[in-house]
Amino acid sequence: MIPELGHFALIIALLLALTQAILPLIGAQRGNLTLMAVARPAAQGQFVFVALAFGCLAWSFLHNDFSVENVARNSFSQLPEIYRFTATWGSHEGSMLLWALILGFWTTAVSVFSRHLPDDMVARVIGIMGLVSTGFLAFLLTTSNPFLRLLPAAADGRDMNPLLQDPGMVIHPPMLYMGYVGFSVAFAFAIAALLSGRLDAAWARWSRPWTTVAWAFLTLGIALGSWWAYNELGWGGWWFWDPTENASFMPWIAGTALIHSLAVTEKRGAFKAWTVLLALTAFSLSLLGTFLVRSGVLSSVHAFATDPARGAFILGFLVVVIGGSLALFAWRAPRMLTGGAFNWFSREAMLLANNVILLAAMGSVLLGTLYPLLMDALGMGKISVGPPYFNAVFVPLMAPALFLMGVGPLTRWKESSLPDMVTRLKWALAIAVATGLLLPLTLKGFNPWATLGFTLAVWITLTVLIGFRERLKTGARLTRLPRAFWGMQLAHLGLAWGVAGITLVANYQEERDVRMNVGDHTTMAGYTFTFQGTTERMGPNYRAARGTVEVSRDGKKLFTLHPEKRIYNASGMPMTEAAIHPNFFRDVYVALGEPLDEEAKSWAVRVFHKPFINWLWIGGLMLVIGGFLAASDRRYRIAVKAAAPAGAAAQGA
Amino acid sequence: MKSRHKKLLVIVLGLAGLGIAAALILNAFQSNLVFFFSPTEVAAGKAPADRAFRIGGLVEAGSVKREGDGLTTRFIVTDTAKTMSVVYKGILPDLFKEGKGVVAEGKLGADGAFAATQVLAKHDENYMPPEAAQALEQAAKAQKSVVQ
Repeated sequence: MIPELGHFALIIALLLALTQAILPLIGAQRGNLTLMAVARPAAQGQFVFVALAFGCLAWSFLHNDFSVENVARNSFSQLPEIYRFTATWGSHEGSMLLWALILGFWTTAVSVFSRHLPDDMVARVIGIMGLVSTGFLAFLLTTSNPFLRLLPAAADGRDMNPLLQDPGMVIHPPMLYMGYVGFSVAFAFAIAALLSGRLDAAWARWSRPWTTVAWAFLTLGIALGSWWAYNELGWGGWWFWDPTENASFMPWIAGTALIHSLAVTEKRGAFKAWTVLLALTAFSLSLLGTFLVRSGVLSSVHAFATDPARGAFILGFLVVVIGGSLALFAWRAPRMLTGGAFNWFSREAMLLANNVILLAAMGSVLLGTLYPLLMDALGMGKISVGPPYFNAVFVPLMAPALFLMGVGPLTRWKESSLPDMVTRLKWALAIAVATGLLLPLTLKGFNPWATLGFTLAVWITLTVLIGFRERLKTGARLTRLPRAFWGMQLAHLGLAWGVAGITLVANYQEERDVRMNVGDHTTMAGYTFTFQGTTERMGPNYRAARGTVEVSRDGKKLFTLHPEKRIYNASGMPMTEAAIHPNFFRDVYVALGEPLDEEAKSWAVRVFHKPFINWLWIGGLMLVIGGFLAASDRRYRIAVKAAAPAGAAAQGA
Repeated sequence: MKSRHKKLLVIVLGLAGLGIAAALILNAFQSNLVFFFSPTEVAAGKAPADRAFRIGGLVEAGSVKREGDGLTTRFIVTDTAKTMSVVYKGILPDLFKEGKGVVAEGKLGADGAFAATQVLAKHDENYMPPEAAQALEQAAKAQKSVVQ
């Protein structure tokens, strides 16, 4: 009964989404206030019904209703309750429903926090988001119904993929989708502006906080995904340039470019067409990413052939969204007036450079991700593009971007003086380069990559501090500085921390695979690891060989680690559960390989010493907090309120 | 310099920068593509001798042997038509099993064995790495055409 209720709710949600899309858009075009007024209630109603459908699916998972095919395939009666809940979005169907749910959530948020926007703008934005909702709900209902019944019902489920049974995986997909789907707001604002022909500073100011919040969520999602891979895959890596990772990284890069170009459009009225194009790109890449990961095309392009309806729908939807928005852009963009002129050395020019470099980086990731798929689809052989390519391209591209990141925030709009900038920054540059050159010498000798990384990290940190100092010199108080400024500084500082962490872990980590008998020990980075054998342990839905590794330093016992090798009951799938001892300066990481003799006395053991790896997640968290801080700036609220009574008059300000 | 000249200079510099970036990307792309060969193709001498590539197929049953150090493993990869011996030092992935699909990346060694630097067996028990599946498919087709 409950699954049928969910199915029914989904159908009503689709009808509401159609209403939400069609009536307000017609209303906005004709200036009909009654039709425009449909937007808000329709959007909120749609959200309620998608939430109801999602609740029904979650209920089926929590109550082990194995007569629902989706539940039978992705859950298991012994699975702990929290993972039964997260299994709701563990499958293709469930994750698409989560997408629709989050889209409903964002639309509702827009309907609530847009009281002071012009009616036709709100109607158009909500209408566009309704069109996207319609596409997703139709996709769910026609090709990926999560409520399909299984007759006869299965006795028990086939379990969730053991890799996904991890706390990081509980919140990673919702956060990632909050980011992906959040870009739909920026997309809808851009389309609405194109439709109305009013691309002005006010438009940029309205979409800025939404874009920044979406970007912060996406950053959080990616950071959690990376943290999960590090903890759960047992390989000690935190980024693999895997297509699924690239799928989330591409919209992130485009989103980062968008945030920066929106700043120029808001403050200076320039880069309008470019900003619109970026908003379209960021959302298109979000869609592409979702479909790349969720359609199964990555494991085999022929997955499409096994389910042609799904593949055709996805491709059609992508063509309509990307093609349609680009066509609208081509039609409308030439009418846009260009903004103010600027000098080659100015804030605008710096942000332009930032955008060009970011898009080149995005293009290189896109090439490396899609080219193998394309070759395979055309039957031109199997190839793979691995980390060496991405590292070879990414580091040289990002280095100048990071250097400019130090200069950009200190330049003025319109025109800045280069000699003046040199005087302001020469000491910072000297200290950064000196640190970059000397620090590696105190570690393990000269290393050009370490020099580059340290120089850039110190450079950004110092320029951020100079930014604060110069603001304070003008008489501003630290607590009175706008949140947007704090947010930017924190995010830039977070990136510097991340760069420092990456440089340290990439150049100075140690890794060893060893054969260990009970009592054997191995020493790495001053730590001595003593293997004390394994014991059997029963988990809720698995059994494990639980190893005991004692870690000591200079003969003093420090702590004990318990890496596990698990076999999951339902799938029979083996899984490595690494044991990690983290602190601010380093992680000690131990993973069990396989038993090397019959009695399992001797094991292959993998040991890592990872210096400063936690700085990566700390840096990521600073980016996230910086994003939220910037989006909460008073300016966005006040500007909107001031614009409300004056209407269009205030938009020229 | 006149502002018009400055503008021109900026445009030229920008284009030069983009050109360098594109050249960098394409060069890195060219030199880091890893091609895939099935054991049959390797046996026919199609694989490069000095460049890393990937092979795939099934791990032949009963072929996995460990050397004295416990970490070096030798096994045979088959596409059911031809076989290839592979040597790998390190911990094998969780889902590496005799009779199951596998993909390995590495170079041909002097002794004719494939020296793998990386062994991949993916996230799901029933999942066959696409390269391995293709190798088996090709071999099956080739055998069929021989019979006919």
